[in-house]
Amino acid sequence: MSVFNQPRKRVIQMIFLGMVALIVVRLFFLQVVETKYSKLADANAHLRKVIYPSRGIIYDRKGRSVMRNEALYDLMVTPRSVKNIDTAYLCEVLSITHEEFIKRIANARMKEGPVRPSVFASLLTPEVYGKLQESMYMFQPGFELVLRPVRNYTYGAGANVLGYISEITPGMLNDTSGKYSAYQQGDYLGMTGLERTYENILMGQRGIQYLVKDNLNRPQGPLENGDFDTAAVAGKNLRLALDIDLQVLGEAMMKGKVGSIVAIDPQTGGILAMVSGPVFDPNLLSGSYRSQNYNKLYLDTTKPFFNRAVQAAYPPGSTFKPITGLVALDEGVISPDFGFPCHGGYGLCGRFIRCTHSNPGHAANMRIAMANSCNSYFMHLYRLSVDNRKWGGVVNGQVQWTNYLNLMGLGRRLGIDIPGEVRGVVPDTARMNYVYRGSWNSCSEVYVGMGQGQLILTPLQMANAMCIIANRGYYYIPHFVQSIDNDKSDLLKKYKQKVSVAEHISDEAFSTIILGMEDVVTKGTARGAQIEGIAVCGKTGTAENKARIDGKVVQLKDHSLFVGFAPRDNPKIAIAVIVENAGFGATYAVPIGSALMEKYLTDTISTKRLPIIQRMMETATMSTEMRARSKVDSLNSVFAASVERDALLKRILSK
Amino acid sequence: MNRPQAKLTAGIDWPIFGMYLALVFIGFLAIFAAEYREGDHVIQNLLSQNKNWARQVLWFGVSMVLALGIWLTDSKFFTATANLLYAFGILLLLVVLAIGTGVKGSNSWLELGGFRFQPAEFTKLCTNLALAKYLSSMETDFTKMRSRLIACAMVLIPFGLIILQDETGLALVYLCFFLVMFREGLPGILLVIAFSAIILVLSALLVDKYVLLYVFTGIAALVVYFMRREIRRKRSKLMMIIGVWAFCSAFVMFIVPFAFTKVLKDYQVRRIEVMLGKENDPKATYNTRQSMIAIGSGGFWGKGYLKGTQTRFDFVPEQSTDFIFCTIGEDFGFFGSLLFLGIYVALLFRIIFIAERQRSTFSRVYAYGVASIIFFHLAINISMTIGLAPVIGIPLPLVSYGGSSLMTFTMLIFIMLRLDADRQMVLR
Repeated sequence: MSVFNQPRKRVIQMIFLGMVALIVVRLFFLQVVETKYSKLADANAHLRKVIYPSRGIIYDRKGRSVMRNEALYDLMVTPRSVKNIDTAYLCEVLSITHEEFIKRIANARMKEGPVRPSVFASLLTPEVYGKLQESMYMFQPGFELVLRPVRNYTYGAGANVLGYISEITPGMLNDTSGKYSAYQQGDYLGMTGLERTYENILMGQRGIQYLVKDNLNRPQGPLENGDFDTAAVAGKNLRLALDIDLQVLGEAMMKGKVGSIVAIDPQTGGILAMVSGPVFDPNLLSGSYRSQNYNKLYLDTTKPFFNRAVQAAYPPGSTFKPITGLVALDEGVISPDFGFPCHGGYGLCGRFIRCTHSNPGHAANMRIAMANSCNSYFMHLYRLSVDNRKWGGVVNGQVQWTNYLNLMGLGRRLGIDIPGEVRGVVPDTARMNYVYRGSWNSCSEVYVGMGQGQLILTPLQMANAMCIIANRGYYYIPHFVQSIDNDKSDLLKKYKQKVSVAEHISDEAFSTIILGMEDVVTKGTARGAQIEGIAVCGKTGTAENKARIDGKVVQLKDHSLFVGFAPRDNPKIAIAVIVENAGFGATYAVPIGSALMEKYLTDTISTKRLPIIQRMMETATMSTEMRARSKVDSLNSVFAASVERDALLKRILSK
Repeated sequence: MNRPQAKLTAGIDWPIFGMYLALVFIGFLAIFAAEYREGDHVIQNLLSQNKNWARQVLWFGVSMVLALGIWLTDSKFFTATANLLYAFGILLLLVVLAIGTGVKGSNSWLELGGFRFQPAEFTKLCTNLALAKYLSSMETDFTKMRSRLIACAMVLIPFGLIILQDETGLALVYLCFFLVMFREGLPGILLVIAFSAIILVLSALLVDKYVLLYVFTGIAALVVYFMRREIRRKRSKLMMIIGVWAFCSAFVMFIVPFAFTKVLKDYQVRRIEVMLGKENDPKATYNTRQSMIAIGSGGFWGKGYLKGTQTRFDFVPEQSTDFIFCTIGEDFGFFGSLLFLGIYVALLFRIIFIAERQRSTFSRVYAYGVASIIFFHLAINISMTIGLAPVIGIPLPLVSYGGSSLMTFTMLIFIMLRLDADRQMVLR
């Protein structure tokens, strides 16, 4: 072999060089060609520490803050550093057993490992915090108190509107869409309501501090003198259209009732109040007892988390009649003078459907029929509308009729700025075909003319329909947030745009309906809604409702409804009130709705209305048995007594 | 002895001395980088000797005293005491075997008044001297089998004793003396056989033994077929082919499995398997993986001195001793590593140059021994940090933290410098 013929010195040199060359080639691949190692190194050594800004505050229309950011403390433990402490004393302060102590330390070890802090006791009550803080020196360095920002709701009102914040769930952390990529274990974020919709605004911009860490994940100092760090920017404040006076008053009157109130400013679409009964205090879901309260409310028979104002759909009953009338007038199938000979019922559909009135002339024209709320009249109007000859048949007639309703925001989502809104149901042809197996005519669902049958709407939709009538043809998408402090984005743009849906409807048609609704208040069923010096328009409803119990359809007690707006010209408030299974519209819905109207329009409560409000606040429509089973009221009174709320309520009712 | 009176440094080989200082200094920088944390009080650490880099400074001082002592010693002293030192070294190894202290899985340390000392390091020097002495003696005729066997035995006795101490890595270094013997006339074919043996071992580890058996049989059959004429002439050739075939097959079928199950320790088997990519146990690969991350993340230019995150924050284990190269790779990158390796190559070539200019065989053999020892350390140590060799703990010469290692290499080099200064003399 030739290589061995060379001097042996050369051979040895070549062996040396060959080996070093091999190393150099390998180094070249490791350091120059392959790039993954620097990423792996960063993953090894960089620690992202999030700096939390303070969360934005929410204000009502008069600039009163609906909530505060309160500081609560978590007790954190670093298992490895726990040495020679008075365990018995710590257990006593936290009122836990020694076994529980051992268990929590073991849990902490499992969750974050022995050298990183993890939560030992979360959101300590002020008393426990006070005791601990005094004696903290005894438990250090293993234990430390860490500040956690928590919401405190000034008036204890608007739970379903504001929503709540809570710790991010494992599901969200595992979410791959990138929606929650900014969050990490233990972060709080808005789960429902405005807290959720405006999460990005309220949360502000987190600061990120990059630290270098060692092999045991212990921070060793800032990375590159903090050149990559970003400062935290506080969350922006929201300014709502909500009037906290109305909200508190509405919630007080909804006590012991199941139902909903929605009040909207028709000129802006801003929501003045939104109540869903049974009402719970938002403070229940904030602070030390959060998880206990959450479980109780979640399992409660009355479903307090269910925001009935946007998530529940009800038969509108007679409150739907203004819409029926408006559609018929616009289609030209009747004139305002059209009268119907009702003799206590409607018999043109082969069966006799009762009307509450039988005196002749109670439906002599639209205005009178509206004031008297004649069922026959409006059922007939529905039939005339869908059987209108220009549509060429009932199928197309139903399509056109459905169109009208959809235009007015019924049977579709309006786009309010809290999550969970439902569509409601408007009987379109598909639904008719489904319910009547393809064979139906204008008589099949004649009840929808008076707001019954296959027609269910959310309270929000009912209130919005009032806005359209009050404005004579347009509305703004109902929304809570009027402005965001220091925000230049066009997030709220869609709420500032007029939605002109029914401006082709003649002014005469609107006037007829509006005057009819005024008559309802002045001399019809909603006389309780009169406010001195203000022309109030309204319509009551007493809606039949049924439930399937044990396989049988059972008729339940009627829902009590009221819709309306005021003043008649230049409307400032539109309202929809529903109290489930409470009987006549005039009994509960009208007093509740009119009290809010009066408070909002005159900023006072007249003396003659005070006892009515008092009665509303004291009477429950839920049965005693039901109330006993539901824990909402007792939770409210035990955990969330609000001084501010009581004071505010007292002030509202003082005059 | 007619050394000029004038200068203490007369005759010293400055390039070697310079490179020696450079490597020790780089080593100090690397150890410092591996340990230094922002805010450390350097002077205080140095005085209280509570950091490796501070202790390394002390060891360097001790080494310099040793070097001076060696420099002032007569060259003849080394030839005269070579065999004595060798005997002493072997004795130390035996003592260690009897009363050695365990440090991280090996029993190769002796406790001497608070200081730990690793005789296996020191014995390298003794073996080198004794081998040089034996090969240069008048009676030795290295073309004779008997002399070769004696020389091999001189190397394999400490090799075996160190294996018994569970210091496989240090023991492997003793195989470097075969390079020296090759230079002095050991047939080249032995190197080829050694190389083939490595291939055989690797394939035995990587490939299924039955497949190998078929391959060997096939090769043997082909060889027999092509050499059939020669075989007809000479029967012994057939016997030889069959012998080689039988050995290879037996090696693959019985010896390797036996070694894996009976001879090697569990952790050694695992390290070998990790290195070969057969096992992916993250715990077993942790060292190599972290070391490769550290070196790989250095990139071309490196992160800059004291900027390395991996070495500074303890991700790499044993980072001031066996894995010291990680710090260099991470902080100074490919470019720095290249320069660093360049210094070693220059040192090795300079030593070979020095070896070849010696008049006496003793000095030449000794110098080749020094080069081979440094080369083996370098090759094995760096290979293991970049995943080319299994993790066997041997230090990087002059760079790794450790008193035994630094002092041994200092003595090795300075004895060579002393001999080189007296290269006009013929030493026996």
